[in-house]
Amino acid sequence: MEAIIETRHLSHIYSAGTPFEHGALVDVDFTAYQGEYLGIIGHTGSGKSTLIQHLNGLLKPTSGQVLFAGKDIWETKERTRQTRFQVGLVFQYPEYQLFEETVYKDISFGPRNMGLDEGEIDRRVRQAAQFVGLKDAVLEKSPFELSGGQKRRVAIAGVIAMEPSVLILDEPTAGLDPVGVESILGNIHDYHQAKNATILIVSHSMEEMARTVDRIVVVDDGKIPFSGTPREVFAHGDELEKMGLGVPAMTRVFHRLKSMGVDIDPSVYTIPQARDAVLAKLGRGKG
Amino acid sequence: MALKDITLGQYFPGTTLIHRLDPRTKILGTAAYIVALFLAKGPGGYAILLAVLAALIAISKIGLKSILRGMKPILIIVIITGLLNLFYTPGQGAPLLSFWVFSIYREGVWAACAMVLRIAMLITCTFLLTYTTSPIQLTDALERLMNPLKAVKVPVHELSMMMSIALRFIPTLIEETDKIMSAQKARGADFDSGSLVQKARALVPLLVPLFISAFRRADELAVAMECRCYHGGEGRTRMRQLKLAGRDFAALFLAVALCVVIGVLARFGL
Repeated sequence: MEAIIETRHLSHIYSAGTPFEHGALVDVDFTAYQGEYLGIIGHTGSGKSTLIQHLNGLLKPTSGQVLFAGKDIWETKERTRQTRFQVGLVFQYPEYQLFEETVYKDISFGPRNMGLDEGEIDRRVRQAAQFVGLKDAVLEKSPFELSGGQKRRVAIAGVIAMEPSVLILDEPTAGLDPVGVESILGNIHDYHQAKNATILIVSHSMEEMARTVDRIVVVDDGKIPFSGTPREVFAHGDELEKMGLGVPAMTRVFHRLKSMGVDIDPSVYTIPQARDAVLAKLGRGKG
Repeated sequence: MALKDITLGQYFPGTTLIHRLDPRTKILGTAAYIVALFLAKGPGGYAILLAVLAALIAISKIGLKSILRGMKPILIIVIITGLLNLFYTPGQGAPLLSFWVFSIYREGVWAACAMVLRIAMLITCTFLLTYTTSPIQLTDALERLMNPLKAVKVPVHELSMMMSIALRFIPTLIEETDKIMSAQKARGADFDSGSLVQKARALVPLLVPLFISAFRRADELAVAMECRCYHGGEGRTRMRQLKLAGRDFAALFLAVALCVVIGVLARFGL
């Protein structure tokens, strides 16, 4: 697989030279591959938000490099700006960034900044609205009349409309009801499929992560202690607990079974996997 | 843009003698110091005031770096004041230097130095107050100090409550501004380049969400306060009672003494 975003020895220090100085990232080597669905987990204050803001050039590294498609994004001013369009970043609670009179205008803010012509802007706004399930009638409304969930969709559409090849979302489902969570995750998945885009999703919901992503990167205390497939990452159950992260409930049950002396594979993290593991065990027990 | 790096009016927690002084003492002391600053006339007075300030900074353990950084925003005012004094102070005797329409006299050099020093010290001593006193303590102290004004129907409690809320929300709003700015930058907004009109227009995507969130916060705060039965200052007690200790009386005595000494020195032109 080809790397699309890489960081090399990336470090970031906040408030350098004051009593409030602290290193948010320390010598981080991070890679996201073309077309993958990547999860980033970490406790509050672990540095995960700082990390993702480096990936599209919103924060400048104190030391180290950020590469997009193999090139340093800070090489020229123009490249930094282009990277922001290529790497779309949806912040936590993005509904608080809406400002335009109509939903349509708000979604078109990004494409307009890219300097596209009206026809292309219109196409992108409508397509983005469709991706997040906004009906045409909503486009002419004021974003401030909408419900919280709808506002969040508008905000996500505003980033999708730039058609970024990498889409980063910081806790996109925080504060939504279960139906809203499912539907937003579905929208993101649709965008991933349709554009073959790379998706980076930040979350601390293990269950959600286990179901959706191909690979997980764990951030703790400004470093990346380990990364890998959900199965590999959840095998580090004890370490995750120590970071205050924990593992999916299903994995915890199986770890407990294992420690109680049951000979069972503890690396399951979804209900279907758990069912298979139990059945396999019982089958063997009978035979 | 690193809005977080602004230190103007920021509190540095600590346990030094200055941190532990009663906030009322610190406010009165600062006021006394400013009075002394304006009484001072000659190099003797300035030398004493500078030494006192240096000693206070050393005791408070606030780094010189933080104080200098806080000074940055007013640097231009200081420089302009200095230059105006330098060029426009008339003097007797031959000018030290003269070119085109300007001439610099000995008196001008002295006036410029004195003025720059005065402004710098004025600002440093107020910084010292806000660096070593938390906003809550500061407003508590102000409320107590303004208490006599209640007699002439000044809504002292309301004013101090408004002030503490305003102070409390400055960091929140700065953080919020930072966040919205980043979010709009991620959508290609450009706050740094373009003409003045373009720059002003670029602020709309920042200001609209900021105002909306400020109103939302104000609303939520009002509800939260009402839920806890807030109904103004009548009969309200405090968790932390302000109490003057021996060190406060000593500090106040020293502050008054400083004013007297500087005043006497100024009388003799020192």
